[in-house]
Amino acid sequence: MATLGHYTSKLTGPVAQSGQCLLFLMRMISSIRFSAAQVRSVLQQIYLIGARSLVIVMICGFFVGMVLSLQAINALEQFGASDQVSLLVVKSLFRELGPVLTALLFAGRAGTSVTAEIGLMKATNQIEAMELMAIDPIQIIALPRFIASLISLPLLTAMFNALAILGSVVFSIGVMDMDAGIFWSKLQTGIYFYKDFVGGMWKSLVFGGLVGLVAVFFGYTAKPTGAGVGTATTNTVVLSSVLILVFDFIMTSFFT
Amino acid sequence: MRPNYKVELASGIFLLLGIAALIWLAMRATDYGQEIGKDTYRISARFTNVADLRVKSPVKIAGVTVGMVESIVLDPVMFEAVVNMDIATRFNEIPSDTGASVLTSGVLGDRYIGLEPGGAPDVLVEGDELFITQSALILEQVIGKYLFNADSTEENR
Repeated sequence: MATLGHYTSKLTGPVAQSGQCLLFLMRMISSIRFSAAQVRSVLQQIYLIGARSLVIVMICGFFVGMVLSLQAINALEQFGASDQVSLLVVKSLFRELGPVLTALLFAGRAGTSVTAEIGLMKATNQIEAMELMAIDPIQIIALPRFIASLISLPLLTAMFNALAILGSVVFSIGVMDMDAGIFWSKLQTGIYFYKDFVGGMWKSLVFGGLVGLVAVFFGYTAKPTGAGVGTATTNTVVLSSVLILVFDFIMTSFFT
Repeated sequence: MRPNYKVELASGIFLLLGIAALIWLAMRATDYGQEIGKDTYRISARFTNVADLRVKSPVKIAGVTVGMVESIVLDPVMFEAVVNMDIATRFNEIPSDTGASVLTSGVLGDRYIGLEPGGAPDVLVEGDELFITQSALILEQVIGKYLFNADSTEENR
């Protein structure tokens, strides 16, 4: 009977944890106040997790744009359709690669640091101290980080896309000597504002919420030991990467 | 000056950069803002078949875009496709006996509507209908006709 109970708890554990996560999200949302202090701490978190991720996102975007155009030109040349390279590159960027790759980078760069930071606060009893002083740690610690990642990720995705287009311009126009006019006019006739651009940006907003929620939640529920913080950080990367890809498929299949 | 003024400044710059990237992408790399302007007048034309003509397809005279397809509806009685087009007001001297045909750019390219101006003295105005129309050329039907004709000539010999 003991083993049976063990297995049921293995099954119900993740369900309970996701319920706990949902309650955590609701507590965060209900503590939104729009006060000046809250706006200031959100701005500070945007700097820490958004602006500080800018360099890695821009470098990755540039090289993704270059390698995509390299592969696309090679493949399209066989059909004599290398004029379409900008359309292929930008469509795949706007719809999938931009939001997903930026979200994965963001989970690795910003999600981990949020989890580790909150986990360490917990390990050093800072969160308990706040509760003793009747300060809501969810409002002070968790909420600004969640909101900041919700705002930062779409902007980082836009930057990733812009730099990837720049990379594609550098490679296909600069290196492969393609025509710049055709490159841009293909984009302005073939890329649809609502279907391609808004659809991708909307995805990245959802990913921002996912990564923010997972990172904050795992930090907040980390075991207050060194090993516990390490495990929580690993779990953040693993779970947010999986969730990003799963939600990407779900959103694409339902809303396009 | 507040102690974390620099941090706030940096995050403000990040926000501005991100929004600038959003706007730049929307303007330069999508079809947003590529419309023909707000000053338009609407004309319509009936076709027996529009093939895969789509809303927002261009309307061209001599290969130059003068308007775009606003909507395509089926006439429930005549079973004809009624195509409504918005033409930019600066092209306000198109003769009323202009013909319209559904054309294809390239062999397998996108469909568009080509207008061939006639010679009538009066011009098209809001709400006019084009009467001289030519439907889309469906590749399968052309091939079918060709095969059928080839067969019949064989039999006739």
